Amino acid sequence: MSKIWNPEYEQISHARLEELQLQRLQWVVKWAYERVPAYKQKFDAAGIKPKDVKKLGDLARLPFTTKDELKEDYPYGFFALPMNKIVRIHSTSGTTGTPVVVGYSRGDLNTWAELVARIVTAAGVTEDDLAQISFGYGMFTGGFGLHYGLERVGAAVLPASTGNTERQIRIMRDFGTTTLISTPTYALHLCEVADTMGVDLRKLPLRIGLFGSEPWSEGMRGEIQERMGILATDNYGLTEVMGPGVAGECEEQNGQHFNEDHFIPEIINPETGDVLPRGETGELVITTLTKEGFPMIRYRTRDLTYLMPDECPCGRTLVKMARVLGRTDDMLIIKGVNVFPSQIEQVLTEVEGVEPQYQIILKKKGVMNDIEVNVEMSEKFFPDAMRKLVEFERAIEARLQTVLGIYVKVNLVEPMSIERTGGKAKRVIDRRDA
Amino acid sequence: MAIKQISVFLENRAGRLWELADELGKAGVNMRALSIGEAADFGVVRMIVNNPDAAQKMLTDAGFTVAETDVLAVEIPDVPGGLASVLGALKDSGINIEYAYAFVARVGEKAIVSMRVEDASAGEKSLVDAGFSLVDAQKLYTL
Repeated sequence: MSKIWNPEYEQISHARLEELQLQRLQWVVKWAYERVPAYKQKFDAAGIKPKDVKKLGDLARLPFTTKDELKEDYPYGFFALPMNKIVRIHSTSGTTGTPVVVGYSRGDLNTWAELVARIVTAAGVTEDDLAQISFGYGMFTGGFGLHYGLERVGAAVLPASTGNTERQIRIMRDFGTTTLISTPTYALHLCEVADTMGVDLRKLPLRIGLFGSEPWSEGMRGEIQERMGILATDNYGLTEVMGPGVAGECEEQNGQHFNEDHFIPEIINPETGDVLPRGETGELVITTLTKEGFPMIRYRTRDLTYLMPDECPCGRTLVKMARVLGRTDDMLIIKGVNVFPSQIEQVLTEVEGVEPQYQIILKKKGVMNDIEVNVEMSEKFFPDAMRKLVEFERAIEARLQTVLGIYVKVNLVEPMSIERTGGKAKRVIDRRDA
Repeated sequence: MAIKQISVFLENRAGRLWELADELGKAGVNMRALSIGEAADFGVVRMIVNNPDAAQKMLTDAGFTVAETDVLAVEIPDVPGGLASVLGALKDSGINIEYAYAFVARVGEKAIVSMRVEDASAGEKSLVDAGFSLVDAQKLYTL
């Protein structure tokens, strides 16, 4: 079993953690109230003053913060420090409109590196490793976030960034990369390109992968582990609260330890806003406890998950968060049924003969929403008989119907015909206007 | 005697069959027979070409999904009832045909039909026993 980066906090007792969280919660609420006009307005409107936070349970009385509010105050409205105290700025991609811009103090960057050091150590990375970061370096938090955490652990960082996949594979092979940091989609793309180059990734020194920044499935994890010959771990973070390092899996691969000494996670019913008991699935809400530059009070992540009640054999006492099942805004309502792209992905990874590369085509059928799924045939699996191909499509449709409860038409498409990018794959194509 | 057939998986979209034909043309591959099977969203193009191994490699390199399959090519009398006589021999042996298509070219008085059967060696035997000739691979590729 690998070591624990910071046993004092990662193995903190429950009582000590609650005491620390309350003390820090009281600090951050006061900090945000006094420095960010938007928080003052929200708190005043809700009739709450920072001094009203007397116990951890009072957190549930505080108003939520939403992405839309952050966008309204673009770019610097939620900054709690003047620019002369800010030493780094990142932002979201802005694919859904205005980006969210976040700022870090020197202390925030120090905390960030510390928390990333925890999650990479939990995944098994040590100072002996060569870590190839195939996340974009830039405004995206993924590249720089992992970079400084891995350096803190003492790993040799290869800042490969995204793109030029053949070169990435040559670096892996020639430089002896042992640890890969990327999105799960890009990891699969690396496998495909390595195949075409005749490079067997399983024979390289590569041994650990840390994958994040998009929802993925257990099936996809199995596929990556098999094709790369590595231990593939999941980690979680988002720009609005920090970036990577919020939570990460240990080698047990069963839930992501949440850095609760710096963040309080809550799970709420996305419709009512009520806090749900531990173990129930709902929307993750995060409060930052130590962030100076960009404090977030009850930020609604729109990620759906649950907090796991069990203790972890790894010895860490920090609560575990399950794999993100999807986003509240990814949820498609098809014929009255809730459908998450991740469910479709899970089915596809279990079917022999297709790549877990897919695209969901959202259409209108009369007044109802309808979806079709384009699935890539595997190069290796091409039965020449038409009947077998059609049966194969039917079999996938039957599996999807079992899991989703509705009929979804499957279209087989040619290998490599669905676009791969270095960043997040575009899984849903909306053709409802067509 | 088995003939090598090239099958290609094609998405059902405008121009994709042209791209296939264009690649083959540029590579100097000549088609002897062609059949297209289609489902709603994809098709399978099956071909007998003059140089199957080279065609397979070239198409794979060009990004097509390709399979090489053994089929039987049978000479049939080019008269009414000619095909029925061949199929009768297979029926009597209880051999199922997965698919079949006719050749463009004729050899003398005979037409040629290419077919994929469940059990190639049993199929070949039943046809030969019934007095039909299978076409030699080299002869076919160079028609």
